[in-house]
Amino acid sequence: MLTIDHLTLQLPYYAHGHASWWKRRWATCLDDLTLQISAGEVHAVVGASGAGKSLLAYAIMGLLPPAARLSGQLNYQEKPLDAVRQRQLRGRELALIPQSLSALDPLVRTHRQVTWAAQRAGQPSTGARHAAQRALDHYQLDTQAQQAYAHELSGGMARRVLTAMAHVSQAQLVIADEPTVGLDPHQRQRVLDALRGLADQGKTVILITHDLRHALPVADRVTIMRDGKQVETALACAFQDDGTSLNHGYSQALWLALPDNAFTTATISKDKQGVSVA
Amino acid sequence: MRVIRRIAKRLVRLALVLLCVALVSFGLMMVSPIDPVDAYLGPQMAQVSPEQRALIAQRWGFDEPAVVQFGHWLRQLVSGDLGWSHVYNQPVSEVIAQRFQRSVMLLGSAWLLSALLGFSLGVVAGAKEGTKLDKAISTYAFITASTPAFWLAILAVLLFSVTLGWTPTCCAGPVGVLNQDVTLVTRLHHLLLPVATLALLGIANITLHTRARMLELMRSDIATHAFAQGASRIDVAWRHGLRHASLPAITLAFASLGELFGGSILIEHVFAYPGLGQATVAAGLRSDVPLLLGIALFTALFVSLGNMLADTLYGVIDPRIKVEGT
Repeated sequence: MLTIDHLTLQLPYYAHGHASWWKRRWATCLDDLTLQISAGEVHAVVGASGAGKSLLAYAIMGLLPPAARLSGQLNYQEKPLDAVRQRQLRGRELALIPQSLSALDPLVRTHRQVTWAAQRAGQPSTGARHAAQRALDHYQLDTQAQQAYAHELSGGMARRVLTAMAHVSQAQLVIADEPTVGLDPHQRQRVLDALRGLADQGKTVILITHDLRHALPVADRVTIMRDGKQVETALACAFQDDGTSLNHGYSQALWLALPDNAFTTATISKDKQGVSVA
Repeated sequence: MRVIRRIAKRLVRLALVLLCVALVSFGLMMVSPIDPVDAYLGPQMAQVSPEQRALIAQRWGFDEPAVVQFGHWLRQLVSGDLGWSHVYNQPVSEVIAQRFQRSVMLLGSAWLLSALLGFSLGVVAGAKEGTKLDKAISTYAFITASTPAFWLAILAVLLFSVTLGWTPTCCAGPVGVLNQDVTLVTRLHHLLLPVATLALLGIANITLHTRARMLELMRSDIATHAFAQGASRIDVAWRHGLRHASLPAITLAFASLGELFGGSILIEHVFAYPGLGQATVAAGLRSDVPLLLGIALFTALFVSLGNMLADTLYGVIDPRIKVEGT
């Protein structure tokens, strides 16, 4: 479905307060990432803030800033995914649920924004309105919420609107960037179930989150990222017991740091590239 | 009920603003070194005896204390009389009405043109950031934003009126023809050059602000999200950009509504256009207090109305700004 081959991403910056502040430097944000994501799976990408999870999403969607330096190869359904193809597929085959709630336009009513999303996915105007209606109903947004502006929605409602906007596109690959932030356990479960449901229909879901605990119940495979590097990709079922089926100390540490596991093992095995987390 | 209270509150606030404007203008005129009697007499100043001067001063009420003069004016104003202009020897209301008709044609069309053109150019430049079109528009806006109006007006007169002879060099109608005999076509012909000059310059400001807001939007989360849905740049500019970029444009356009009344003194001077700007200058130089106060009042009224309109339109476009009870 989607293969990511030695993907490296660099972004420019200028060192503040440095002797040569005028010199452009490059920060390596994604470092030699190789991933294979197959159809019908929920692939969780887990890592701390700043690990490069969102940039990975933007790289797949082709939404990186123009100054970004990208190397490596992206393949979508056995064909190279270059800028032109990304532009064609965005909104139709590829969908993104953005992390930031400010992605909603504050000057436009909810229902209209979802309709626009449907139109951008190639639906005619009346069909788009109906599709938007169905998507909003599906995520239990009532008439009042549909006629509301973004600032009148609660965080959870706004998040569901963003999900609905990705939903109307009928995309084959859905990238959900931190879709559960700010939701209560019940709503979080609904969103995660919805993503699982998409995968069960044969679509592919990349679930980006910093919380391993939320990813594990719905994910098929989990990629752990740290500082732009891929630490390990493992089956979700490898995260069990004391984590010894995981290859890397950082993954183990993440697993063991979960509240349920905190006291099952006193130490992290040092022989496997021991990385301790504070 | 709430609406009535809101309107009443606004009206009281407006009245207070107008009173302050009148007070300050009056105070400034009182400390002005120009003697109204001298200014009224002009070159005949030397032939007039002190007794006659005293008579004139008494006739116009210049001999009374400033506070009493202001009280007189205020009492007249409440009964709807703006006073008598001794420069034009006409009621102030008539002078303002006549001049306003001409000014509003000149400035109104220039205002409309610069608002519409400036906004469209700004949107296009912002949406097509970095292209040749954007560079051309920005360069134009930067150059005209730093061009003095009177200088461009003089150049325009030199080129189009003197060298090419396409447009008349001055005034609102041909010299020697009575005002009511001037045809509409002739009027428009006389308006052409001043309007073009004013619009050309007025565009710059709105264009630059609109473009800046547009650039901000095109890099925002809103635009990125729209791109992720497969929107083109034109789509984003049309659906999101127009709304967002219209906010600074509205502020600018309606804040300059006051100029519509105040007149563009420099432009009117270069084109010898008998608008309100010239009347203001004459009133100031010849100490015509009632006329100056009248013009100041109406200018303040227009500025306030412009701001009120901008506030209302803001609320229509941006739902976050609607505040209850203000």
